[in-house]
Amino acid sequence: MPVSGTAKSQDLASADALLTLKDLTLRFKGQTNDVVHSVSLRVRQGEVLCVVGESGCGKSVTSMAIMGLLPGKATQISSGKLSFLAQDWDLATDCLPTEVRGREIAMIFQEPMTSLNPSFRIGDQIAEAVQRRRGNSRTEALERAEVMLQRVGIANPKQRLRAYPHQLSGGMRQRVMIAMALANDPQILIADEPTTALDVTIQAQILDLIRDLRDETGMGTLMITHDLGVVAEVADTVAVMYGGQVVEQGPVAEIFNNPQHPYTIGLMSAMPRLDRPGERLAIVPGTVPTISNMPEGCRFRTRCAFATAACAQRPKLRDVASEHEVACHFAPLETHVKVSA
Amino acid sequence: MLHFLMRRVLIALPTIILISIFVFALQKLLPGDPLLVLAGEERDPEVLEFLREKYRLNDPIPVQYLAWIGNALQGDLGTSLRSNQPVTELMAEKLPVTIQLAVMSMIFALVIGIPAGILSAVKKGTVTDYVANVVALSGLSIPNFWLGIMLILLVSVKWQLLPASGYVPLSEDFWQSLRTMVMPAFVLGTALAATLMRHTRSAMLGVLSADYVRTARAKGLSERVVILKHSFRNALTPIVTLTALLFGELIAGAVLTEQIFTIPGFGKLVVDAVFNRDYAVVQGIVLVTAVGFIFMNLLADMMYFVLNPRLRGQ
Repeated sequence: MPVSGTAKSQDLASADALLTLKDLTLRFKGQTNDVVHSVSLRVRQGEVLCVVGESGCGKSVTSMAIMGLLPGKATQISSGKLSFLAQDWDLATDCLPTEVRGREIAMIFQEPMTSLNPSFRIGDQIAEAVQRRRGNSRTEALERAEVMLQRVGIANPKQRLRAYPHQLSGGMRQRVMIAMALANDPQILIADEPTTALDVTIQAQILDLIRDLRDETGMGTLMITHDLGVVAEVADTVAVMYGGQVVEQGPVAEIFNNPQHPYTIGLMSAMPRLDRPGERLAIVPGTVPTISNMPEGCRFRTRCAFATAACAQRPKLRDVASEHEVACHFAPLETHVKVSA
Repeated sequence: MLHFLMRRVLIALPTIILISIFVFALQKLLPGDPLLVLAGEERDPEVLEFLREKYRLNDPIPVQYLAWIGNALQGDLGTSLRSNQPVTELMAEKLPVTIQLAVMSMIFALVIGIPAGILSAVKKGTVTDYVANVVALSGLSIPNFWLGIMLILLVSVKWQLLPASGYVPLSEDFWQSLRTMVMPAFVLGTALAATLMRHTRSAMLGVLSADYVRTARAKGLSERVVILKHSFRNALTPIVTLTALLFGELIAGAVLTEQIFTIPGFGKLVVDAVFNRDYAVVQGIVLVTAVGFIFMNLLADMMYFVLNPRLRGQ
């Protein structure tokens, strides 16, 4: 698997952490188990951190918790410390103030078709974000919106300002979303499956765009995805989530070439490969248990081929190599890799 | 848009024709003879015959209908059998009263119903929501006549704050006019507010979970802007439709409320006309209010274009 980002890992190691999330634990009200359990993430300047995992593994919820977009009525955050802009927020008690949200940290979503307000012109929607932040006049804000549309590769930006969302294609709408998110030059961009709803050629364009903008601005990016192709394309660092926990994280080359957690190994071997056509794809046996049925200890053990009695103890994330952490009692275990490869 | 409107008007036309036939036919089916009222105690067969000829009651019914609708199209709805006044004149007298009552009631309904609906949607499942719903349900279940009588009893009789009944034209004494109209408008308005509140609530609930509302929050907009601008704007369509229809109903007159507060509006006019078998008046009012109602419907359709950019483009 060709993997980008290896060359950058040296620079990244020395880069400052822009945003650190420590020990995020939360549950939906009325449930007895945590949907996100003790998740810690770090995004450095210019870094693209990809959070990967199956549907329901808690990756989106984690990003929403960082943004402070979870409905307080339905969710209960029991712990979580967010460090950002040399400030700390205890997510259990408060969330990012609106001065920070949308200005220093911005977010784009999975559904470009429905994420723009159908009743307002896109120019106004972009300008609105700018205006509130910078105290600009409407005209200045619209000029900024035009610059942003140009920057995300929309032709005739001046005319497009007056377009309504329904007049744009899905790819265009996602570009508008990105223009809106980046209009205030945020330090962090959170992208929740930004390409899932788009077709493949548009996907590649959007990923290129995000990467280019990252190079231009040096912003850190937290990208949520379940698509390992996307990860290989853009990630510098990868965090693999399973059942609301981070089970493995490290530089993208490490994760792809030297996966240590049985779940990561399973994911990697489930990827279709062009160099082995016709081969039956490996699968991770079983399905993700529902939150209320999560096993004690290692949450993956009901589906793990290597599970033993020891797995009833919850494994902690620990270093197996530089910057490479795994939550498995048996890591580093060469036999894992050998058995599945 | 023009195409769409033309189609709507074309659909409205047969509706109006059907209504006019219905109104006319129903009158003919009703027992009782208006001429007996008109001819008074004597009931001289010759007088009756003369009157029958005069009002063309001996013609076949379709001919009578055609004559009536032909005149109506020219703005002549006939004359009242009772007062001998032209029907259009009678209605022109009452129309300002009814419109003033309708507008004031609608203001009450909007000012109470919409904020209450938004509030209970935003605070869904909380005490505020339950209280708003209970109040709305009470508003729907309390009969207007009871609320009206109670208000008269309290506000007019006991506290002597507002006049109990009557009507003063706006042009005569602006404040006195508002003072006499405020209680009936409140009675009518609260009932409508309850309906509006329920619809606003459900429209807002549908919108509040939309992706673009999440986007608005992610932009860092204040909760006030998120709800009042980004959410409410998209919840407006059903609210506008409902408002137009409710207003149409108000124009048709509020019989009971007008009776209780002795307001000389459409409602009172039509009831009196029915009791007196004053055919021409009943037919005229029903026809005019039906057309008014259809017009309000059309207005609601046009509002869709203003509100929904997706329709405008087509």
